[in-house]
Amino acid sequence: MMLSDFMIRALLAGLGVMLAAAPLGCFVVWRRMAFFGAATAHAAVLGVALALALSMSVFVGVLATSLLMAIMITLLSNRGYAMDTLLGVIAHASLAFGLVAVSFVTDVRIDLMAYLFGDILAVGGTDLLIIWGGAALVFALTIWRWEALLLATVSEDLAYAEGFDPPREALILTLSLAIVVAVAIKVVGVLLIAALLVIPAAAARLFSRTPERMAMGAAVIGAVSIGAGLWASWHLDTPTGPTIVCAAASIFAGLSVIARPLAAKFMG
Amino acid sequence: MAMSAATMKTAPDALIRAQQLNVEIAGRSILEQIDLRIQRGEIVTVVGPNGSGKSTLLRALIGAIQPTSGQVVRMNGLRIGYVPQRLHIDPTLPLTVRRFFNLPRRHGHRAIDQALARAGIEGRNETPMAALSGGQFQRALMARALLDRPDVLMLDEASQGLDQTGTADFYRQIEEVRNDLGCAVLLVSHDLHVVMRAADRVICLNHHICCEGLPEAVSADPEYQALFGSVDEEALALFRHDPHHHPHGGHEHHGAEYHRKDSHDAK
Repeated sequence: MMLSDFMIRALLAGLGVMLAAAPLGCFVVWRRMAFFGAATAHAAVLGVALALALSMSVFVGVLATSLLMAIMITLLSNRGYAMDTLLGVIAHASLAFGLVAVSFVTDVRIDLMAYLFGDILAVGGTDLLIIWGGAALVFALTIWRWEALLLATVSEDLAYAEGFDPPREALILTLSLAIVVAVAIKVVGVLLIAALLVIPAAAARLFSRTPERMAMGAAVIGAVSIGAGLWASWHLDTPTGPTIVCAAASIFAGLSVIARPLAAKFMG
Repeated sequence: MAMSAATMKTAPDALIRAQQLNVEIAGRSILEQIDLRIQRGEIVTVVGPNGSGKSTLLRALIGAIQPTSGQVVRMNGLRIGYVPQRLHIDPTLPLTVRRFFNLPRRHGHRAIDQALARAGIEGRNETPMAALSGGQFQRALMARALLDRPDVLMLDEASQGLDQTGTADFYRQIEEVRNDLGCAVLLVSHDLHVVMRAADRVICLNHHICCEGLPEAVSADPEYQALFGSVDEEALALFRHDPHHHPHGGHEHHGAEYHRKDSHDAK
């Protein structure tokens, strides 16, 4: 395999995203927020359209709409809507509005595919800085709030009794999710970000006994998926983002078969 | 650790108190004008029919529910050991007993081993919480709540899922805990036997506090009898002749109350 500059940058970008996505993805799985990642990611398409229309940086536009969406979902979910219904409405609506909005931006040639499926091979030096900056921030936030978040995930009431503030912890999680979406959009694209959050975590669950080991397992599986996906897309000439997700899904499937007896034991 | 914005200085004898506490959920009034104080070293039982607001009261006291009006005042730095009615751990979340006991603070191996022994699950450190039986799970919740030597232990229907022997042990353990740690115990139950056996003071709740006081005084109260009927003889017999209810040193008034009842019986 040739290790040209852009391949190294692609690998570094992918690993950066995984650093943040692995622990965060575990919470997404534990808290049954898989749809949440998708909804936030879909909102990013709207962000892309707005950024292009206003000639802003795409990163800023995506970050803004993702944060806005995350906060909106958090507020609405406290009003008694069923979470999956709410997310279903918002995820699909924001994707549709985003796609329609993009069609109005005619003066710039947009490769919409690049935002839907990512273009990890086009990652430049600045992108790397943004990705690693955002990932490091989210990683630090997650580690800092780890115990509180974990206890609030096990039981909000136990967290309250210990003096924590579960809604605040949930907001930190939501904002972290928005940041990861914003930095990851270039790597795997809107449609596949949620996959990178959920699949490695789900695969790691099969052989993990503690939350920490599951997060580390997710990071390793995610990193291997990114490496394997890059390698495969290079040799098979396939779109890179989807190939990475295919690699992750294959690892999940393979581990499910191997870990089946274990899974039966641990997942009840 | 700050418990909530409502935390403020309080009389030194009250660990936690509610003042004119009102809680509405979805427009329905669940708790009305609740006033209560929990003192160090006392065992207080809240009884009431289903849907009377017992769990809501506990959740308001730990800060999980914001009162519509009134306030909850906790002693500064109050450590609460809370044992919920039930706890569902999502199967996607791998959690061994040891990890659960170390959440959110780490404890030494010896403390963990003692807690496991207390819960009757020695050597099960690495067992997933999901693999514990209902009774073991409930005892593990209790053991975890005791790890940080709480000032007040709050139990919400904690004997659920325990068989008769288990329940008896459980409430014997509550008295031991109170004596060992000197903490207050606030427990919620609809089980009248439990009330009669384990409480220094009973609060009868039906959205508002109907009556409160010594177990026997409460069970004779007309409002209480309207809710529960008069206490059946078996419950009273358990109460009067329970060998575990011997008075113990350090809780003079507690013992004295039972003496008084015994002499009353003799007449």
